[in-house]
This record gives sequence, C-alpha cells and structure tokens, in this order.
Amino acid sequence: MDAKKIYSIGGLFDTPDSITHAAEAAVKEGYTKFDVNTPYPVHGMERAMKLKPSLIGYATLFIGLSGAAFAFLFMYWVSVMDYPLIIGGKPFFSWPAFVPITFEVTVLSAAVGTVAVLIALFFKFPNNAHPLHDTNYMKNVSSDKFGLNVAVIDPLFDENKIREFLSREGAHDIEVFYEPEKKPVNVFDKRFLGLLVVVAIVTAGVTYFTLNKLIYMQPFTWMGVQDRLSAQSQNVMFDDGFGMRTPVEGTVARGFTPYEFKGQPDSVVKNMSNPLPFTKEVIEKGKSRFDTYCSPCHGYYGKGDSRLNGQFPNPPTLHSDKVRNWSDGNIYHVITNGQNVMPSYAKQISRDDRWAIIHYIRVLQRSLNAKDTDLETKK
Amino acid sequence: MRTFDYTQEIPVVDGKPPAKSIDEVISKPLGTKPGKVWKALITVTTLMLLVGGGALGWTFYKGIGVWGNNQPVGWGFDIVNFVFWVGIGHAGTLISAILFLLRQRWRTGIARFAEAMTIFAVMCAGIFPAIHTGRAWLDGYLFPYPNANNIWVNFTSPLLWDVFAVSTYFTVSLVFWYIGLIPDFATLRDHTDNKLKKTIYSMFSLGWRHSTRHWQHYEKTYMILAGFATPLVLSVHTIVSFDFAVSVIPGWHTTIFPPYFVAGAVFSGFAMVQNVLIFVRQAFDLKHIITINHLEKMNQVIIVVGTMVGYAYAMEFFTAWYSGNQFETFTFINRALGPYAWAYWTMVTCNVILPQLFWVKKIRTTIFSMFVIGVIVNIGMWFERFVIIVTSLSRDFLPSSWGMYTPTIYDLGILMFSFGLFFTNVLLFVKTLPSVSIAEVKAVVDGAQPSHKGGTH
Repeated sequence: MDAKKIYSIGGLFDTPDSITHAAEAAVKEGYTKFDVNTPYPVHGMERAMKLKPSLIGYATLFIGLSGAAFAFLFMYWVSVMDYPLIIGGKPFFSWPAFVPITFEVTVLSAAVGTVAVLIALFFKFPNNAHPLHDTNYMKNVSSDKFGLNVAVIDPLFDENKIREFLSREGAHDIEVFYEPEKKPVNVFDKRFLGLLVVVAIVTAGVTYFTLNKLIYMQPFTWMGVQDRLSAQSQNVMFDDGFGMRTPVEGTVARGFTPYEFKGQPDSVVKNMSNPLPFTKEVIEKGKSRFDTYCSPCHGYYGKGDSRLNGQFPNPPTLHSDKVRNWSDGNIYHVITNGQNVMPSYAKQISRDDRWAIIHYIRVLQRSLNAKDTDLETKK
Repeated sequence: MRTFDYTQEIPVVDGKPPAKSIDEVISKPLGTKPGKVWKALITVTTLMLLVGGGALGWTFYKGIGVWGNNQPVGWGFDIVNFVFWVGIGHAGTLISAILFLLRQRWRTGIARFAEAMTIFAVMCAGIFPAIHTGRAWLDGYLFPYPNANNIWVNFTSPLLWDVFAVSTYFTVSLVFWYIGLIPDFATLRDHTDNKLKKTIYSMFSLGWRHSTRHWQHYEKTYMILAGFATPLVLSVHTIVSFDFAVSVIPGWHTTIFPPYFVAGAVFSGFAMVQNVLIFVRQAFDLKHIITINHLEKMNQVIIVVGTMVGYAYAMEFFTAWYSGNQFETFTFINRALGPYAWAYWTMVTCNVILPQLFWVKKIRTTIFSMFVIGVIVNIGMWFERFVIIVTSLSRDFLPSSWGMYTPTIYDLGILMFSFGLFFTNVLLFVKTLPSVSIAEVKAVVDGAQPSHKGGTH
C-alpha cells in the first residue's frame, strides 16, 4: 500500500470567472498537461486553455463521404449489374431516384460514425476506472464547482509548486489523485472459467437454434400455405376424396339448359329446329368441333371411315338417306343422348356447338349429293 | 396597457437558481417514489397498451383482413397513423436541432423532452408500416441484404426510401439524444448513494469527467449532429409525402406535398410537445425551468406553421382548379362536399380556424386554453392524414371502383395501442431519466458564464 502512484493534483474554484483566470494562469506558468473540469461548457475556456480546434469534423467528412459513395455505388451495382429490372420503363441507372437513399445513408453513417469516433478515439471511453472518479473533486465539478488539475505527466510537475500555484489562484479543497491500484488478473480463476463456459454454451445454443430452427419457423402458416388440389392424388378437403364437385341439388349451372328428351327414344323428338343461322362463321365453328369430337369415329367426311383401326365398331355413314332425311332435332338428340355404342356428348360439346356441328353435317351431306341447281351461280 | 421592453432578453430560466438546486429539482423525480397522479396515469396508459395489444395480436394471428381496408381504399388507419406519428416526432428534432442552430436559447429547457418524444413517436410510427405488410415476421425483406433468393429491393420506390428515412431518423435521433444525456448521467452518477443506480449511471455515462478537453469535442459534435438532423428532419417528411406524391392518384400527385407535409408535421409535433410539457412542469415542479415564456414561444410557432398548413389547403384547391384537370378538380370538391366532408371540415376547423386564437396573448399564455388548443390541433392533424388518404382512394378515376372506408374495432384498437405505447414511454421516461438537460440548463442560468472581457458567445 505504500507506493501509490500519483495521477494529478487539483483544486476547486467557485465561479466561472475564477476558473477562467486560473486556466489562463496555468498556461502562463507553462503547464501543458492540465485539465479543467466544469459541470457545463464554460464559454471561452478553450481559448483560456489554448486548446487547438477540434478535429472531429474531419472524421465526419470522411465517414459521410464514404457512406455516400458506398450507398450510391451499391445501388448502381444492384440496379445495373446484379439485378437489372426494368421498373416503370426507366433506365437501369436512374440516378435521381438514388438521391434520397444516398442522402439518408450519408446522414446515418456520418452521425453514427462521428459519435463512435468521438467516444472511442477522442474520449477513449468507456473509462470508469479513471483516477478522478469517485473523488470529492469529481462530485463537485459534476454539480456546481469548477476544478483544475495538473497531471503528473506534465514536464513541470512538482507537487509543492502546484499546491502553491493553486492556492495562489484561490482554489480550495486541494487534493492529490492517485492511480487506481491494478489487481493482478488471474485467467484461471474458477468463476471466470465457469462464466466463459456458460457464455460459450449459450452463444452456441442460441446460434444453432436461430440458424437451424428459428428462421424456418412461421408463426402462422395458414396465411401463406393453403390447402389445394393436387392432380392425380386424393383430395383431403372433401370427405369423398374427390376434387370435382357435383352441382348442388336442384340448381342449374350458368349457361346450361337441361335436355328435355334425355334418355328417351328418337321418336319422341318433335319441334326442335336449329337456332343458329346458316352462316359461314357457324359452319366453320361446326367444322372445328366436328373434326375434334366426331371425326375420330365418323371420319372427316362423315363416311364412317374411323381412324381408330377397328378398335370400336365403325359407325354407319352420315350420308345415308335415313340421316339425310332426319330433321336437325333428330341429329341433336343423337349427339346429346347417344345412340347404340355412341355415348352422349352433352358434357363435351356445348349446346350451341352441337347445333353448329349439325349445320356442318348438312354441308357435308350436300357435298356428296349435290343437285344440279347448285351449279348455278346465285344471282 | 402594459408596455414591454423588447430590447431586454427574457431570462431563459426564471430566477437565478444555484446549480445545486438545478441538480436537485431535475433529478428529484428519479429518486422519489411515484405520486398518485403518475400511478393513475400509467395505469390508464398500460391498460391502453394491453387492450390495444390484443387488437395487434389478433391482427398478427388473423392477418390484416380484420382491418377496414378494402378495395379501393387499400391504405386506411395503418398509413394514417404512421404519417401522424412520424409528424409528431418532427417537433423534437426541430426544437433540438434547428432551434439550436438558430441559437434560440429558450429551447434549452424543453429540448431533452422533445427529443425523447421524437424517439417514442417514431417507435409508434414504426409499428404501422411493419404490420401493414401482413406477415410482419417477414419484414426483414424490407432491407437490402444478400439473401438466398438472390433478389434485391427496388431502390427507386418511395416506399423503400421511407424504410431508409424512418430508420435513419430513429437512429440519429437516438444518438443525438444519448449524446446529450452523457453529462447528465455523469452528474447523476456522482450524486446517488444507491449502488445499483450508480452502476447503471456509470455504465451510461461511459466515465464522463466534465473535462474541458472533452467538452470542446463534445460541443463540436453536437453542432455537427444538429447540422445533420436539420436536413434529415426535412427529408423524412418529404419522403413520407413522396409515398403519395409519386403516385398518380388525384389529390396525391402534387408538388406541394413535401413542404405541406413538413409544416403539418411541425404543427402537430409542437402541439403534442406543448401538451406533454404542460403535464410535466405541473407534475414535477419545473415551472421555473419550463416557463410560460417557453410555452408561449411554442404557441407562436404553432400559429406560424398552422397558418402555413392553412395556406397549403387553399393552394391545393387553387391548383386543382387552375390545372383544369377534371379528376383533380372533382377530388377536391369531393373532399369538401362529398361523403367525407365531415372529416374535411373537422380538419379545417381544428387546424386553420381554432389555432388562430393564439393571436390573443391571453389565450396563448394561459395553461388551460393552450392545452385545449394543442389537443384540438392534434385531432385536426390526424384528420388531415385521414382526409388525404381516404378521400383520394375512395373516389379515384373510375366511378365503378368507388367505395367507402369504415375502420373496424381492430383499427381503433391498434391506434389506442400506439397512444398507450407513447404515453407509457413518456411516463417511464420522466421517472427514470432527467427530462430536462441538467448541463445545458446550468449553462444558460444568468451568471453561469464568465463575465470576462470580450466574450464572443
């Protein structure tokens, strides 16, 4: 406990005027490593202490410009090189649109950077182990007194002379500050090692959990993931396992008219005429439907020459007298209801398309049984 | 009639309190048990927080379908509240940064408090854009980071500018506030006997020693930060207004928006700061530090910006007519006479007409009347955002897509939550941190600065 190292000697002053005079006097005496502690910035003190102007502004300038350059170049790289997307028909390098973010990043980096530099480099904070802490001197300059202390590293440091100087300037409570004792650090202290292990386990655990579990957890999945019907697989949404639903009983689907003679013999069909006009468009429509749905069995010209190579019994020709003399309603009945091996096509071919096909069949029939009069040009 | 000597500067702090008593008065709420009023108020605000939190939780669980937003009104309370709260924050930065640069010494007593309110208001504002995305847990995608999908954000979108503006604003305000608090933490550290408090204060004071060698850099940094915060605060509400002005919706697509929004922000912010300051100075015996003179100056600012807002309303109408654009003209006629006319006229009454009462000195220096007008201004400014957003969206180009907007109970609940959060934070702040800057107030008391020859400050 004997050789405590002195850090500095200081005294307290009562008014801003006296501390300013004391600071000026300290400079005159030739002291350089002295400091003045005041509860608030006292105007003119920097001049009294002959301090050089603060250089923090250069740090701000450097960090701010770096932030601006980084933001602008980064946006350029993203928008032009790494992820070029045309947005609103504008060029990739739409620099005016980069201005707001460049500005914000400049302010952010400059402000945060300046403060970081101020605290870490200019103040060398945090430093709660400074010799001045927890002294009577510090308690007073924190509140309403003004203190001046000369550090031992000053070339002119002499304890008695400084005491004399301070009392001459009117200081009271002159105090000597000692460097805090440094306790030897024991790395193998059990508590320290235990703490290290706990920190290691917690850090590793939290990191593992975050990276492997937490980021894949969704709090509520049902907004993003919805039940859906997969092709060729059982449907889980309905009890019967089917995806397609039958219409609700007693209802008629939009655009659908139930067929009056469903399941009844051909002979009952009466008073059904083709509602469509006999025009080129309708016939072309009928041809396309006929070629799609009817031609596989009946052949492109309705001759019953199936392309299915005898896998199904060949249907009779559509050019027989029987069919030629049928009314349109009879043909409609066959397509809608089916006949012999031919199934109903009501589900595949819409009502209007069926009538269009009938017009086309009439065209086919006429083409093989043309009358002489057809050769005459219409006048 | 009493004449006033305008050549004489009014002292910033009433009387000539010694520095020690300033320490005591300002740190008193920190060391004493809370009073009945404080307890009653925090009960109310935490209740608002909890009940509103229920609405927020339900939104999280169920999705934003529980809100009143619909087609065509896709932005409702969420964005109204966002713009409202960001605006409230602006007064804090104006007081702490712009008035600092303009050497307005009267800001000293109220700056700390206003800065804290900025931070709390931006926190409240931040809730809304975060939750209006629907799945708030995926909000990380708002920030450009190298992700596994190899996609980047759209840097040309005002909505992204908003993300940058608001997060920068919050961070810089926080840093500015903390820098101001460091010397006060040191003072508190040296005055407390409580071990735990001492540890906490020491930690936050970072070991501040009130050294002139530090004050020198500190003051310079404070000036630099104020210099940055000033354009920042203007940019933030400008960018918020771009969210609207850059679109093509009639009533939004106007060049007047940036200055109009900034004026409105300062307007509502000052009203809010004034309201809460009135409460603090009554409750914590700070009447000589936050004086009537400060409040009166705030009210004068309120008239100025309120009149600017009124001018903007008139100019919007003029531009709509002068443009000759039928959609623009219709939108404004619809605002004043359409289905939301009640909201429009509430806004005009609260923002343009009633604040003019502050021209009367008696009204702007009486606590009760200024408090009431402050509340009215905030109601009006909330309605301003409602009018801008809802009337424009509900009546856009195609009459076939017109629709009305009605908020649901969850919208109201989340609004209540934000007020609960704000006032709970304010109440906790006044009990845990020095709500007036100790060091700055000491520096402006008469006689605090040396009377030496040729001082230039």
